[in-house]
Amino acid sequence: MLRILIFILVLPFKAFALIEVDITRGNLNPLPIAVSPLSIDEKSKKNFEKILKKKDIGSEISIVVENNLKTSGLFNPLNKDAFLQAPDIANLKPRFEDWNLIKAQALITGKVNYVDEKLRVEFRLWDVLAGKEMMALAFTTVPNNWRRVGHIITDKVYERLTGEKGYFDTRIIYVAEEGPKTKRIKKLAIMDQDGSNNKFLTLGNELVLTPRFNPTSQMVTYLSYFRNLPRVYLLDIETGMQEVVGDFPGMTFAPRFSPDGKKIIMSFARDGNSDIYTMDLENRIVEKITNHPSIDTSPSYSPDGKFICFNSDRSGYQQIYIMKSDGSNVKRISFGKGLYGTPVWSPRGDLIAFTKLHKGKFYIGVMRTDGSGERLLTENFYQEAPSWSPNGRVLIFYRETKTDDKGEGFSAKLWSIDLTGYNERLVDTPTDASDPSWSSLLSN
Amino acid sequence: MNRSILVSSVLHLIVIMITAISLPFLAKKPIDLPPIVSIELIQITDKTNIPFAPKAKKTIEKIKEKEKKLVSEQAPPKQVKKIKPDSIPFPDDQTKKIEKIKEDKQNPEKIDNEVKQVSEFEKDELFDPNNIAALIDKSKIEKAENIKKTNKVTQDQQKTADVSGLTLSEEDALKAQIFGCWSIPLGLPYNENLLVRIKLQLNPDGTVSQSEILDHARMNKPGQGFYKVLAESALRAIKLCQPLRVPTTGYERWKELQLNFDAREMLEG
Repeated sequence: MLRILIFILVLPFKAFALIEVDITRGNLNPLPIAVSPLSIDEKSKKNFEKILKKKDIGSEISIVVENNLKTSGLFNPLNKDAFLQAPDIANLKPRFEDWNLIKAQALITGKVNYVDEKLRVEFRLWDVLAGKEMMALAFTTVPNNWRRVGHIITDKVYERLTGEKGYFDTRIIYVAEEGPKTKRIKKLAIMDQDGSNNKFLTLGNELVLTPRFNPTSQMVTYLSYFRNLPRVYLLDIETGMQEVVGDFPGMTFAPRFSPDGKKIIMSFARDGNSDIYTMDLENRIVEKITNHPSIDTSPSYSPDGKFICFNSDRSGYQQIYIMKSDGSNVKRISFGKGLYGTPVWSPRGDLIAFTKLHKGKFYIGVMRTDGSGERLLTENFYQEAPSWSPNGRVLIFYRETKTDDKGEGFSAKLWSIDLTGYNERLVDTPTDASDPSWSSLLSN
Repeated sequence: MNRSILVSSVLHLIVIMITAISLPFLAKKPIDLPPIVSIELIQITDKTNIPFAPKAKKTIEKIKEKEKKLVSEQAPPKQVKKIKPDSIPFPDDQTKKIEKIKEDKQNPEKIDNEVKQVSEFEKDELFDPNNIAALIDKSKIEKAENIKKTNKVTQDQQKTADVSGLTLSEEDALKAQIFGCWSIPLGLPYNENLLVRIKLQLNPDGTVSQSEILDHARMNKPGQGFYKVLAESALRAIKLCQPLRVPTTGYERWKELQLNFDAREMLEG
């Protein structure tokens, strides 16, 4: 008995249980990262200067990477003037203390070479705090692709550090607008995700609207007018070939690809009633999905292709609904105040982005696929048509400004915002722009 | 007859008076007492370890001094700063001139292996033994100071050294420090298990002598790539926070410490 008593008394003093501390919070500050200019030898430098008319292609590529990282809002590229180590030495063996000193947590170094008239880029990602290499890759491509190399490097770094795929080696198609509001010329235009390499795809003779990328290839579907009737068209960006989708005795609009790129889903309106249809691009079989006297439009597939979200006024006001891809199990998911439109299913599958009109203001927001967790990301006088980045983290949309009394001062511009709602940016375009659509990653 | 009326009225009066006086008391509702909460009074002096005010002042001064030192050591050379990163020109205007990418389909090839070999070779070089020695030396000095201080431990503090676990304020100090150091990777899937448990061996000055990820096997599992990213971010946080804000006494208690990094709360909210 006494022994047990002594044991019980002594036990708590002798046993040191392992102390556990729960860390449930952290900061969401951008990660400080140093992008060292890619080193380049004199010979390669001269060769590239001749081909690309760029003085130092190594530093140009690093600027592309740096800009990409900055616009993501998740990284804070550090000022190059504070770097203590020269690019050529840093690439071989970074002195981590030097990079630690300027508070960098990650470091990108690299080398550019001219090999057989091609551009060879090597890059490494270093964990400065752990003092080790996280990734090393090399690319060889034609010199003209140098910007894409910068985007691919960013994608790799982004994926390695955030755990999700990047969205930098992508393009955006949009409607370029010029001229006064009453006589607007609208052309299809395409550019890199960062606004460079802007190019017009149509001449502007016909009105074009709502271009949408095929999620699996560089194919685009859009709306154009034919004999004053809107029609859905297909356009292959690489070849420039275009064709009308189907021959419907009425208006077809709001086209979008299915996730596998084999079908187009769109609205077809006749006698004042519009319903949702799909069309198989291979065998051209048309299927009617909804059958309701109300206006059903703006369909968008879930990434697994099993569900469709769309817009309908069957409850009296325009709201967002989801249904199975065969049209059954229609369920309303938006119940907030105001009107909801342009639902777009995230490529990640977890959220639906939408435009909301409430009390004369336009909002871009997201909600879960069951309608819960509605979050409004931005509010403005007029904005709509959100389109997801391929990783489902950023939305691009367009915003119009008010015209003054003389009908001037009107402009339409592309904007992007990430899911946090804090990182809102103007996407620079040479002309006014609307209806953007984000492509999938060009390289995988 | 008269007498009986008198007796009757007197008795009636008495009855009426008694009722008048006692009934209102009966009408009153019994006081609605809240349920009894038992409170146990315990001595917390044994559990908390709040230093005396003069001592605290000294500690704070010491920390301030340390911070000053750190700032002066780590501040980047000022005269070098010329341009803010914002002013780096966005190479927009240049790109217009560039022609269409001709060979879009030619994806840059990945030559992973070749480069990796090179990198491993370099990795070996990266560990600079002199440097590590220097770091340890530095921490030893700090350690010595700490020990000197703890020699003057009062009886009260001596007692606390025997109690296992951190006090609330000690735990909060440590948590607050690591909260500030941990940059949570934002791309993590929030419906997965996002718990990384890291076991630390600490030196008396709060520097980490060894860190070990407890679910190490998960790092290389297919489909769990995000876990590696998360674990690395946690390790970075620990490195960044060194030396950890550990209690000044009772090294035996916390020389081994487990940190459970859980990102779910942040990513869901």
